Amino acid sequence: MYEFVTGPLAWLSFGIFFIGLLYRLVWYIRGLNWQMDRVTYSVNVAYGIRGALRSIFFWLVPFGTHSWRFYPGFTILVFVFHICLLATPIFLMGHNVLLLERFGFSLPTLPEGLADVMTLAVIVAAVFIILRRIALPEVRILTKPYDFLVLAIAVAPFLTGFLAYHQVGSYDFWIVAHVLSGEIMLVAIPFTKLSHFLLFFLSRAQLGMDYGIKRGGMKNKGMAW
Amino acid sequence: MPEGILCNKQVVDTKEKLNALLADKSGKQYYAEMKLLDVDTKALWATLEKTCRSRLRTWLEICAHCGMCADSCYFYLANDKDPKQVPSYKIQSTLGEIIKRKGKVDNDFMRMVMDTAWSKCSCCNRCATYCPFGIDMGVMLGYVRGLCFAQGFVPWELKIGSGMHRIYNAQMDITTEDWVDTCEWMAEEYEEDWPGLEIPVDKENADIIYTVNAREPKHYPEDLAEAAILFHLAGENWTVPSQGWEETSLAMFAGDWGACKIQVESVYAAMDRLKPKRMVVTECGHAYRATVIEGPYWAGLKSGKTPVESFHYVEWVAEALRTGKLKIDPAKRIKEPVTYQDSCNYVRNAGLGDCAREIMSYVAEDFREMRPCREHNFCCGGGGGLNGIGLYRQQRNTALKVKRDQILATGAKMVVAPCHNCWDAIRDLEEVYKIGIRWTFLKPMLLGMVEVPEHFKPQEE
Repeated sequence: MYEFVTGPLAWLSFGIFFIGLLYRLVWYIRGLNWQMDRVTYSVNVAYGIRGALRSIFFWLVPFGTHSWRFYPGFTILVFVFHICLLATPIFLMGHNVLLLERFGFSLPTLPEGLADVMTLAVIVAAVFIILRRIALPEVRILTKPYDFLVLAIAVAPFLTGFLAYHQVGSYDFWIVAHVLSGEIMLVAIPFTKLSHFLLFFLSRAQLGMDYGIKRGGMKNKGMAW
Repeated sequence: MPEGILCNKQVVDTKEKLNALLADKSGKQYYAEMKLLDVDTKALWATLEKTCRSRLRTWLEICAHCGMCADSCYFYLANDKDPKQVPSYKIQSTLGEIIKRKGKVDNDFMRMVMDTAWSKCSCCNRCATYCPFGIDMGVMLGYVRGLCFAQGFVPWELKIGSGMHRIYNAQMDITTEDWVDTCEWMAEEYEEDWPGLEIPVDKENADIIYTVNAREPKHYPEDLAEAAILFHLAGENWTVPSQGWEETSLAMFAGDWGACKIQVESVYAAMDRLKPKRMVVTECGHAYRATVIEGPYWAGLKSGKTPVESFHYVEWVAEALRTGKLKIDPAKRIKEPVTYQDSCNYVRNAGLGDCAREIMSYVAEDFREMRPCREHNFCCGGGGGLNGIGLYRQQRNTALKVKRDQILATGAKMVVAPCHNCWDAIRDLEEVYKIGIRWTFLKPMLLGMVEVPEHFKPQEE
């Protein structure tokens, strides 16, 4: 089982992940239309690029925008969640050992204790995100079961990985569950709301170009996000 | 009844149709007919398939339902944080639902969509600046307005307004003759006080072509005279076009994209005809948004720019003060606390926040910013056409509360509001809530404080 999920199934999931994202990228860009979107994407290009970069940059900085500053608690939650969610699997010792064995290279790795804390941070942040969804009327009204499913898909690899690492119950069971849930996440990214993995950047770039070209960017120092 | 006599899917492009609508007091028959109007679900879906493309679909799809747009919306704040006023909810429950049902929606649903698109959103686009994904729900509800308009679900006043643009190339029934007469009348009226004052019509190769809001010639012709006096004092070589003088666009508020194109093309034609160096538009926010910001796209101008470079009135005033074309008498600067209403259309959506501050630095001794301000300012409460829709007067009055509280917090009794919609909303705000404030456009304020050199004054007999 372990060989199967870390072998052919892993290749398949990574394949779907990359091809799916490539499809989303092409679909998004091909769907843009200067006249309907009212942004001259291919004219005033320098202003567009500046607007796009500013729009992405300020939103990647914790407290970098008015909105992030307006909701400080949630902002911390969002950044902790996303940073740990992305950094932990990439720099995890265990994953890099696999990389080295199979591909002959590895990345710098996180101390195991820190990786453990970061894994827990993802789980705890997710719990708070769920509580917020239920507690706040303005979030509850937007919430659908799908939102919980997407969050579950994103958190499952961390929960199962944590249980496997600490050998709670059967290691063999949890490690297979861990790999499988990771693969489910990879496959889900292009086809669910998790596509914001890529579309965050495209959507931000698009609105940034809108502001950079049309909504004042050619007359002022740039939108004060 | 699939189509009403007054409320239907047709555009208003004849005086007969327009007069029939105008004769229907407050749109009583119009709205009664709307309750029976059929939805052409096939046409609706065909439009969506053609025009709802990757940008909008991505916005709808990736919305994380996080609720960070909630507090950005003044309707949400003014309505005691009613969750149904959360911008994301407003778009998911309208456009999101129409797409989910592949356009198969009924009359009740479309009337709910109309209420949402016009009485719960003024397309101020503030939510877009609070969404981490950059989802612009104002743009989307503007798009929804277009879908509603094509199906005949549009507030009565805006159906009339868009018809006016199609028939008169203006938001009101002002003919070329009326307009030119008004210009001549105003020039004559003020000539005695301002020797040499002119309102030159159709002068070619002027430095400035000046364009207005139809309300000015119709209801406040002295505004035109004030503009003329200030240009005169500043020594500008300017003109107004006999045709293509109207910058506003109720068609934009109505979602009548065909009329939007017709309207802005009339202004661009005047630019091409008279070949001015640049265009300056009066103190109106949506006029600038329509003709300068969005207009080039409706007209298919690939540069995204108007045929000649275009400026809002605040840009011209800031420049005139900076270069000394207009000088403020230091003794006449405003001493009392004064605040400034940033119009969403030319500040958040066109980046002219600096001009306002520059002007205030010349004219006011105790300038107090509203909080938030500039790009993050709240809509006055009457934008997006809401001021003019009788059906939604109560919703508009409620929405004014946010601006009321912002103004009160500054302690200022005077509000400078260089935008017709903001100016109206603040006037109505005072009428409804009686907070003891005054409000002004820039022109009358400047006229009261500019230095007038001797040779501009009438010679004593």
